[in-house]
Amino acid sequence: MDFRLTEEQEMMKRMAREFADNEIAPYAQEWDKNNIFPEETVKKMHELGLMTIGVPAEYGGPGLDHVAQNIVTEEIARGDAGIATTMAASTLLAADPVLIAGTHEQKKWFYGMQNEGAIAAFCLTEPEAGSDVANLSTRCIKDGDYYILNGTKQFISNGGVAQLYVVFATLDKKLGHKGICAFMVDRNTPGVSVGPKEDKLGIRSSNTTQVIFEDVRVPAKNLLGKEGEGFKIAMKTLDLSRASVAAMAVGVAQAAMEASIKYAKERKQFGKPIASFQAIQFMLADMAQYIHAARLLYLEASSRQDMGLPFTQIASLAKCFAGDVAMKVATDAVQIFGGYGYTKEYPVEKYFRDAKIMQIFEGTAQVQRLVIARDLLRD
Amino acid sequence: MKVLVCVKQTFDTEAKIELKDGKISDAGINLIINPYDEVAVEGAIQLKEKGIASEVVVVSAGSDKAMDAIRTALAMGADRGILIKQDTGADEYARAVAIAEVIRSEDPNLVLAGHVAADDGSSQVPTRIAEILGWPHINVITSLEIADGKVRCSSEADGGSQVTEVKLPAVISCQVSWNEPRYPSMKGIMQAKKKPVATVDAVAVENKTRIIEYFLPQAKQAGVKVEGEPEECAAKLADFIKNTAKIEVKA
Ligand SMILES: Cc1cc2nc3c(=O)[nH]c(=O)nc-3n(C[C@H](O)[C@H](O)[C@H](O)COP(=O)(O)OP(=O)(O)OC[C@H]3O[C@@H](n4cnc5c(N)ncnc54)[C@H](O)[C@@H]3O)c2cc1C
Repeated sequence: MDFRLTEEQEMMKRMAREFADNEIAPYAQEWDKNNIFPEETVKKMHELGLMTIGVPAEYGGPGLDHVAQNIVTEEIARGDAGIATTMAASTLLAADPVLIAGTHEQKKWFYGMQNEGAIAAFCLTEPEAGSDVANLSTRCIKDGDYYILNGTKQFISNGGVAQLYVVFATLDKKLGHKGICAFMVDRNTPGVSVGPKEDKLGIRSSNTTQVIFEDVRVPAKNLLGKEGEGFKIAMKTLDLSRASVAAMAVGVAQAAMEASIKYAKERKQFGKPIASFQAIQFMLADMAQYIHAARLLYLEASSRQDMGLPFTQIASLAKCFAGDVAMKVATDAVQIFGGYGYTKEYPVEKYFRDAKIMQIFEGTAQVQRLVIARDLLRD
Repeated sequence: MKVLVCVKQTFDTEAKIELKDGKISDAGINLIINPYDEVAVEGAIQLKEKGIASEVVVVSAGSDKAMDAIRTALAMGADRGILIKQDTGADEYARAVAIAEVIRSEDPNLVLAGHVAADDGSSQVPTRIAEILGWPHINVITSLEIADGKVRCSSEADGGSQVTEVKLPAVISCQVSWNEPRYPSMKGIMQAKKKPVATVDAVAVENKTRIIEYFLPQAKQAGVKVEGEPEECAAKLADFIKNTAKIEVKA
């Protein structure tokens, strides 16, 4: 077993870290405060290939392995989890269904648009179908060479800024998950609209909206896989992207720990830096352990993906653990900063708010535990 | 036109320098491409993008670790690299001789380098290379133009700037304000590995200098705080100046 990164992975990590330090972190609090989607920074990220880390080399992308994709995601999230969400939702989460089930022609079209700068969004959740996604009610009806889509998608990352949507809809709710289909939908198709931007607790630089489909005629050639394969595609996609959410969570935790270490050395009480108090030292030592373990979990999941080995279980462990780690570390970071941590003068209250989403989206902490336990208890 | 860029692998500018057995320890130190050389690489790549340069070759002299600096330059967009294997104890003279030897065989039209390395700060190598080759040299440039077989540069002069023109081939060393180096792109990083890097041994020459001792700057001493009423403070300060600091006050 060799835990070292390859030369390319090291270089990508360094590049993403420098980019996050110089182009993201200095502005993250401002974006957060004013609910700004940083369009210019996203453009810069596109030029550097960060917005296409999921595009394979044979389709004009950089052709990163999953380990590299997720290391980069961690580093970007260390700068701002919101912009990391924008990146990962577009080039990983929304593109994975195409990677999993797309034909050569479909990939050429989808990745081609992404290479040109198109942002993508993954439209699965609905107002009445969150954890229970198989219960979705967006309809698709076959009409000649088209499918007609009707329904509303909820909490869609990049909803308002995407040019490409991957949408899950059902032929007939009575068929349960066997009726679900996946489509690639161009934003310019008549009948596609987006709701107002959600006013969120955290990851406020990411754009989250409803996406509404009213009699949207989608060419049949945009169906991913076969009719009824949509649920399987969605589950495989979520399996794949769990490691990247875990990486994002580790990025937030890492940022919170680094801020805590710096502050603990500077802040003096009782005539000494608070870092000299064992109570503070122990919190820092715990942070380091949790973060390292969470990082190894997402790296193992990513590495298994790259090697073609089963990874569902380890990806759930990684996602669930890393989400909880981000929350715990960010909470302790606020504690170390004391009253100052409770104000917007310092960055830790933002990490605290950003961390919470890691326990909610792409399968809540409870749903992850369900999946893990189901696997453990299987006869 | 062929452009050759000299790059050095240096300590991260934020690295904490420590001495071990009288030598600078590189344990746990993050190595980076010398920031001044990174500007030279960017300048060369821009010449290529403008269609002025046809090939950008990066050269680094040092241990295997210097390969990282070369790969970074390749990821930014340089075409190929040459690693000159040389003992880390080589001085500026030995470095310049080794690099000049490679320049002779590569025969570029222009040699670019940072004007100083962020670690030892000796600012000697580009000038020595020019001297060895007998080529014209402009130092600390902040802009560069090429036309009719000549290179024209602005460079920093005391309190102002000066414009100099020399014939090619020439050795030009740059200031960081020349340009803003790009980040290597994801694709650039993936392609860097596929670009050719040749490894050559340095010509064997004796150093001309010998470092006798390294020492760290003395840690800053805590200041002396003078407290009390203004008259008291003034008296104490005057006493301090006269008797402790022993500064002679002349009327
Ligand atoms: C900022 C943000 C971005 C998002 N981005 C996207 C996106 O890009 N694309 C997309 O499709 N979706 C997206 N989502 C949706 C997200 O995946 C869902 O919010 C999530 O799956 C939970 O669904 P829900 O909100 O309906 O909660 P619910 O499913 O209603 O859950 C409520 C609570 O009940 C618990 N619960 C539910 N079922 C069970 C059970 N069986 N056993 C135990 N506990 C249970 C949950 O864990 C949770 O604590 C996003 C959400 C947010 C907030």
